[in-house]
Amino acid sequence: MKVLVPVKRVIDYNVKARVKADQTGVDLANVKMSMNPFDEIAVEEAVRLKEGKEHHAAGTATEIVVVSIGVTQAQETIRTALAMGADRGLLIQSDSDLEPLAVAKLLKAVVDEEKPDLVLLGKQSIDGDNNAVGQMLAALLDWPQATFASKIEIGGGKATVTREVDGGLQTLAATLPAVVSVDLRLNTPRYASLPNIMKAKKKEIAVKATSDYGVDVAPRLKVLKVTEPPKRAGGIKVTDAADLVAKLKTAGVL
Amino acid sequence: MAVLVIADRDGNTVRDTTHKTVTAALALSGDVDVLIIGQGSKAAADAAAKIAGVRKVLLAESAGLGHQLAEAVEQTVVGLAGGYDAILSPATTDGKNFMPRIAAKLDVAPISDIVEVVSADTFVRPIYAGNALETIQSSDGKKVITVRPTTFAAAAEGGSAPVETVAGADAGKTAFVNEEMVKSDRPELGAAKIVVSGGRALGSAEEFHAVMDPLADKLGAAVGASRAAVDAGYAPNDYQVGQTGKVVAPALYIAIGISGAIQHLAGMKDSKIIVAINKDADAPIFQVADFGWVADYKTAVPELMKALG
Repeated sequence: MKVLVPVKRVIDYNVKARVKADQTGVDLANVKMSMNPFDEIAVEEAVRLKEGKEHHAAGTATEIVVVSIGVTQAQETIRTALAMGADRGLLIQSDSDLEPLAVAKLLKAVVDEEKPDLVLLGKQSIDGDNNAVGQMLAALLDWPQATFASKIEIGGGKATVTREVDGGLQTLAATLPAVVSVDLRLNTPRYASLPNIMKAKKKEIAVKATSDYGVDVAPRLKVLKVTEPPKRAGGIKVTDAADLVAKLKTAGVL
Repeated sequence: MAVLVIADRDGNTVRDTTHKTVTAALALSGDVDVLIIGQGSKAAADAAAKIAGVRKVLLAESAGLGHQLAEAVEQTVVGLAGGYDAILSPATTDGKNFMPRIAAKLDVAPISDIVEVVSADTFVRPIYAGNALETIQSSDGKKVITVRPTTFAAAAEGGSAPVETVAGADAGKTAFVNEEMVKSDRPELGAAKIVVSGGRALGSAEEFHAVMDPLADKLGAAVGASRAAVDAGYAPNDYQVGQTGKVVAPALYIAIGISGAIQHLAGMKDSKIIVAINKDADAPIFQVADFGWVADYKTAVPELMKALG
């Protein structure tokens, strides 16, 4: 089974995003960038499907292709995935920040070319917080989708996926090929070892342009401004419970 | 313009999140219809008909719609989309699951998790874990939008809209297997007026429940947890408050043994009053807390229980 894993280069999750003074966006100059944390989980699960780790049969995945859409430096993100165990990479270069609809259309073109049996991707990127690309890709392909996966079992031509939903867990069986988006608790991603980082340097990364796919990537949404959220007024310290309860009663919340 | 709201319903009732989404829809247009999707959902449709300001309620029922599977919901809604300029749903896990799928089928850019309606084509939404707010203008003919329920007031009851039956689709390539819902007598986390939330400092699942449950019961509160507490197995997944869990905005949020990482703050910093109890005086949670108490939860929580009487 061939698995396609889309990954995104985003601001590191430990960095607090700063809004630019001119309100045109978030300042990404000289900020640490990393692989989107949910995408790391998707790469890890794909590699486990290949290795036969946890409850997966060895060789469930036979080839793992990693694709990223973005600036040249997104190759580093692909390289990280290759060091974790993916087989080869594809970068679709774009200097502008593409919307989920454009990304889904480009990924559909990649799926049409690569013909994977499973697309495994993060449930959301921690920059745009859209939570949309996987669902949109599934729609464009007319494939079934299973979002927010916390457990994946592959067998009998199906992906049986336990999903994290409001109020608990739901299990679905999606006929392959399918799109599965992963949630935090699916697995704990590995750190790439130094030998694997060295080996990853020899793996192939194909580079293409968005224009190679003949897809309409024009933005549909215009960002009018990006602002800081309202700041909370400074709080006060209390030193005992009676004082705290009195203050909460005065504030009208008890 | 006409707006379709896809209801969040639970068996025979419509959830509060639906009322809040209707408020956002009414900010767009006076012609708001509510769609109830499911199987055996007539009672929920009748409940939706009572929401003030609703023009009519559409009821779509089929076997494939019983569990709100994305493929069936998408087919049903796309079939109705011709009559609407905007389609809204609360940003619940169901809404997040099927709305982008609907948007892609309609070839429009979905607009996720709005916190404000500026005009019929302009909206505000949080990005970067709530560290920035973007104001975006959509050029699409149809808008497909999920609404963050915690930032809108619930539409009142008192309407009497007619209920119409519409065609429901079948699920196709996805089958429902089962579900395990967490049973709780406490208020729902997203709708609770008071939330008490525990972090990694509680140290074990037994300690988490021993400390948090009695306090929640005393306050009539819902129990939440930080990602660290959930990852460590102290609390179930659906307790998680944060960028990757639930977003809450109760009147009172009490954070116990929670450091206040960026991703946690994204889920609770719009609460009216925030109380932090933490023994580390430098914990980032104190920067957003209205009332901070530097103390070990082991002594602070029993004292608080006593003071509450």
